[in-house]
Amino acid sequence: MPAAAERRPRTLFQKIWDDHVIADMGDDYFLLHVDRHVVHDMGGRSFAGLRNRGLALKNPELTFATADHAIPTTPGISWSEYSNPYLENLRESSKALGFKFFDPGQPGSGVVHVVAPEQGIALPGATLACGDSHTCTVGALGVMGWGVGQSELLHILATQTSIQKRAGNMLIEIEGRMGGAITAKDVILHIIRQTGASGARGLGVEFAGSAIRSMPMEGRFTICNMATEMGARYGLIAPDEVTFEYLRGRPYAPAGALWESAVASWRHLAGDADAIFEKTLRFSIDQIAPQISWGTSPDQVIGIDENIPDPDGEPDAFKRKAMMAALEYTGLAAGKPLAGTSIDHVFIGSCTNARISDLRLAAAVARGRRVAAHVAAWVVPGSFNVKEQAEKEGLDRIFLEAGFQWRNAGCSMCGGMGDLSREKIPSGKRAVSTTNRNFVGRQGPGSRTHLASPAMAAAAAIAGHIADVREFGIEAHGTFA
Amino acid sequence: MEPLLEIRGPAAPLPLDDINTDMIAPTRPRAHLSNTKISEREFEAAALFAPLRYDASGAENPSFVLNQPGFRAARILLSGRNFGCGSSREQAVWLLADFGIRCIIAQSYGGIFYDSCFKNGILPVILPTNTLNDLMQEAATGGSEHDFTVSVAERSIVLPSGRAIKFDLPEFRRAALMSGVDDIDMTLSRNTEIAAFVDRDRAARPWIYLAQQRSV
Ligand code: SF4
Repeated sequence: MPAAAERRPRTLFQKIWDDHVIADMGDDYFLLHVDRHVVHDMGGRSFAGLRNRGLALKNPELTFATADHAIPTTPGISWSEYSNPYLENLRESSKALGFKFFDPGQPGSGVVHVVAPEQGIALPGATLACGDSHTCTVGALGVMGWGVGQSELLHILATQTSIQKRAGNMLIEIEGRMGGAITAKDVILHIIRQTGASGARGLGVEFAGSAIRSMPMEGRFTICNMATEMGARYGLIAPDEVTFEYLRGRPYAPAGALWESAVASWRHLAGDADAIFEKTLRFSIDQIAPQISWGTSPDQVIGIDENIPDPDGEPDAFKRKAMMAALEYTGLAAGKPLAGTSIDHVFIGSCTNARISDLRLAAAVARGRRVAAHVAAWVVPGSFNVKEQAEKEGLDRIFLEAGFQWRNAGCSMCGGMGDLSREKIPSGKRAVSTTNRNFVGRQGPGSRTHLASPAMAAAAAIAGHIADVREFGIEAHGTFA
Repeated sequence: MEPLLEIRGPAAPLPLDDINTDMIAPTRPRAHLSNTKISEREFEAAALFAPLRYDASGAENPSFVLNQPGFRAARILLSGRNFGCGSSREQAVWLLADFGIRCIIAQSYGGIFYDSCFKNGILPVILPTNTLNDLMQEAATGGSEHDFTVSVAERSIVLPSGRAIKFDLPEFRRAALMSGVDDIDMTLSRNTEIAAFVDRDRAARPWIYLAQQRSV
């Protein structure tokens, strides 16, 4: 590292970047070391690419895999009798090439961005790549995580490196208090509404401020998960005691003396006080209502007590056109309240909101109530371990008694690809989902998605229509009544 | 990869922001197409821009730019902000390449999509909105009298009117596109540098290297 670079004040992102530079390729492009490569079932095809080109897997000890996108989440499924080509591909490749594969139905398995932190694979100051655009989730631990396409995936398998353009830095400071009806999901939806879907395009975004510092680890994952929905390449939160406590004792985290030296080094990762960001945004969350999306882009969001915006009031012609198309697709009327709109499905799951605290929150709303007769409501834990923990706490009973389906871990309906695309929202049907994308056809061709928190999703399931969870005995900034 | 030196042809304007990969390459049931006799490959190719390209019955939407006579063989695509945002599905790039698109000109891109273009022999060009609007004007109704010429070597676009516009392209990307050498071969040639980095890093951050840790 050049001495000059050491003296210049650096952001968290710049420090991690500098630690991984193998070569300067010119024009702000660098060859970086990839510390952790996590592969999911749809990326498994790249192993064939490796064989076809006669290349070896560069570093099996830094390669991990889990099957999540295409597997079924059918309750009670017998994994010894189930198979699909993507799953087989990962099983065989892991045996032949010697990397760790978390087989479905086994401890440690689940959605890739839930598994990597839960297993201590994602570590502060590390680089982590995965063939999935929500890899920024792990940034919550102070990991520089980014998504790659299929060709880049092959590049990483073969070289354990990645060619990256140095990204600019943006700071998002979030002040205020969460709790009760206002969750990390509401906070990030509220922010994306204001930044726009490309407001942080290509940047490394660091989230900071009092709301982040007091936020438990799981909420931080929800925040960083959706950094990609504002166009960010990387989402980051500086590691602190909350981070270290979360990681301590996890299967792939260092232990003993190595743990002590790792933590000592991680304490130096936080950005220098005088480091410069290209852009800084500040948000206060003290006054926000529960948030929900109305359109087909994650920035088309309103508070549950607001009306659906009117394209006629939008000065930007491009945006106006997009709003009109979104209203047509979602079948909604401008200027009307979104609350009260009848729904057909509820999906509580995904790498955004399927960790244990999410399920506890949804269960608190569902407890002692019934899902509306016309609604199909699914709860899909983010991992095998989350499912096991939830069952230990009796959350499964609460969901089942309320009429929710309690399913196995996986991506399921989030991307409309679960069980080889059989788990999806049917065309024309409306869903409230705890996922991260409401794109046209995202949860299945013709599906209509409203993004919201697990509390809002559970409330909608019970009401049978889009509803304000604050009417379910949850105070805006308090605890459950 | 095929070397890419120059692209000449009509440029299809798609003046929308935030075109995501699910719009470029949706997964969709076969029943969506009115003609069910086509082959699997044709079916896949027909998925390109399906939500924009077809109406609800599966028939072609005549107002969609690639369905218009002057643009059916377009090799250049013009769009707005944040083109190719959304999921990491590289199918979006593959379908564009299969259609014959070799150059996209937009105001900005989704990061993963942008990188994947180079790995599939597509040149993604970034231009400011004002210039893009001029390009869209000149694209007019397509056809050979509205041909654009994009030169990788010169990093330039010559519009139908003869006006020339320069664009930025990192030197290593330009060299790779022109020679057709792919990223993997380029990186493998740096094996010594990679090994030296890992040696240093194992000492500095031993907790990253699991096998070493477990054998200690
Ligand atoms: S849960 Fe959804 S967003 Fe997350 S990795 Fe799976 S499909 Fe992608």
